[in-house]
Amino acid sequence: MSIQMSGTKPKAVTGSLISFENVSKTFELADRSVAAVENVSLNIKRGEFVVLVGPSGCGKSTLLNMTAGLFLPTSGRVFYDGTLVTGYNLKTGYMTQNDHLLPWRDVVGNISTPLEIRGMARGERHDRVAHLIELVGLVGFEKSYPSQLSGGMRKRTALARLLAYDPETLLLDEPFAALDAQLRLNMQIELLRISRSLNKTILFVTHDLDEAVALSDRAVVFTARPGRIRQISDTPLPRQRDLAGLRRDPAYTRMTAELWDLIMPTLNETRGEAS
Amino acid sequence: MSNVEIGMGQPNAALAEAERRARADRAKKAKRVESLKLNLYRVLLIGGFLLLWEFASGRLIAPFFISAPSAIFRRLYGWIASGDIFFHMGITATEALSGLLLGSVIGIVVGTILGMRPFLARLLDPIITTFYSLPKVALAPLFILWIGIGIDMKITFTAAIVFFLVFLNTYTGVRNVSRELISILYLMGANEMQVLRRVVLPSAITWVFAGLRISVPYSLIGAIVGELMASNKGLGALLVRAQGEFDTAGVFAALVAIMALAVIFNMAVRRLERKLMPWKQAEQDQQAAV
Repeated sequence: MSIQMSGTKPKAVTGSLISFENVSKTFELADRSVAAVENVSLNIKRGEFVVLVGPSGCGKSTLLNMTAGLFLPTSGRVFYDGTLVTGYNLKTGYMTQNDHLLPWRDVVGNISTPLEIRGMARGERHDRVAHLIELVGLVGFEKSYPSQLSGGMRKRTALARLLAYDPETLLLDEPFAALDAQLRLNMQIELLRISRSLNKTILFVTHDLDEAVALSDRAVVFTARPGRIRQISDTPLPRQRDLAGLRRDPAYTRMTAELWDLIMPTLNETRGEAS
Repeated sequence: MSNVEIGMGQPNAALAEAERRARADRAKKAKRVESLKLNLYRVLLIGGFLLLWEFASGRLIAPFFISAPSAIFRRLYGWIASGDIFFHMGITATEALSGLLLGSVIGIVVGTILGMRPFLARLLDPIITTFYSLPKVALAPLFILWIGIGIDMKITFTAAIVFFLVFLNTYTGVRNVSRELISILYLMGANEMQVLRRVVLPSAITWVFAGLRISVPYSLIGAIVGELMASNKGLGALLVRAQGEFDTAGVFAALVAIMALAVIFNMAVRRLERKLMPWKQAEQDQQAAV
């Protein structure tokens, strides 16, 4: 299983893996059109951990959808590894806000799904799923259906499923939002470890600024809808970092505060719009 | 806390699970008591009705119209003793079941294909709607012309009725499959067959069963109406014969046999449903526990 692979791959940082070129996306609703993102240009290198933050509805998820090829930009272009994204991008694995588990399959069945699709032999599949279930702390719930799980457990199942099929790029849309603090930290540590040791590229959407700083190599801050890039900050933390001890790191505190100051005004804007 | 390790959430989760189970147990017990009470009242209600019927027959209303429970029971007993009833029930059951199977298999296949191919569905929509609006009973003479009055005519006729019910439900079910789930599977590299097996069919099966449940009484309608029109065997034929002999008890006895068949069919479908959709059962238990 590839997650257990030891050592690091050579980092071949040749150009960018994902690039957005003047990307705009407008959704046509029945009575009006809504601009989700506007004129976004962004380059993401292979192996990079990029976090997208910004107020709700600023089109962060839209960018993930376009990277996965679920829909195309209204104008502009999205490239993945040098090729234009025009359909399902099989190099990416997507974990949406909604966990999208298969309700008719139990935890084991859900995590096995991508492995079955790939045609992995039953024995190997079984071992791998067992390992993943242990990893995300779902031992004892193997035979539970999604309807029998709590929100956090469903998220963990979805994460295990994503890790099971081990895509090159992970698109994560608030994957840890429903978890308790302890488990969230554990999952963050695990995600960071995986991203480093396997040189995964990660696009991570969150509302949690602490999480954004803790995990990212770069944090991209968006304005309220239509989402435009407001600022891109390099995270002043080493790539190998101790997540549990970050609270005492002045560089971490400073950047979190900086993001807060940047986001707060836009938060008020969206609230004004919503009411 | 020194033990920073994945799985710290487990003791809490296990506790919550135990609590959930206990609550589910309590709910189950309460449910059992209630169903016992319901059954008792049902027996009293039906028993009371039968007694009233027996009393009224010959005293308030002529037996020619309503016969009497005892006479119906005697007639049924006679048929059971001679084995007649099993023969006729077997014929009707074969017709209804074969028609149900044939009609629903074709309905599921066509419904799935049209559900997956919206263009084809739009193309065929007016034709299907027209045939759907046609009272299927009106097709019976055509079937008699084509395939005669044997058992295969009743099967075809029943299948034609069942087809539309299952087809429309399957089609709706397939159209209602979550687009996101399908996308997620394609992103995993799945091909269309894999998406069909893992997402579309399991998702649509709830609808398919809704169609099957409606189809059960209709399959019996198909078989019985077919027999009423032209037949000398089956419960419908038994019904016609009893009527021809002015044998009211016989008519009622045949009706009881048809009802028994319907109950058996319904039970079979419900059992199949529970077996094919274990996650539904889990959802129901879950709701009972909340």
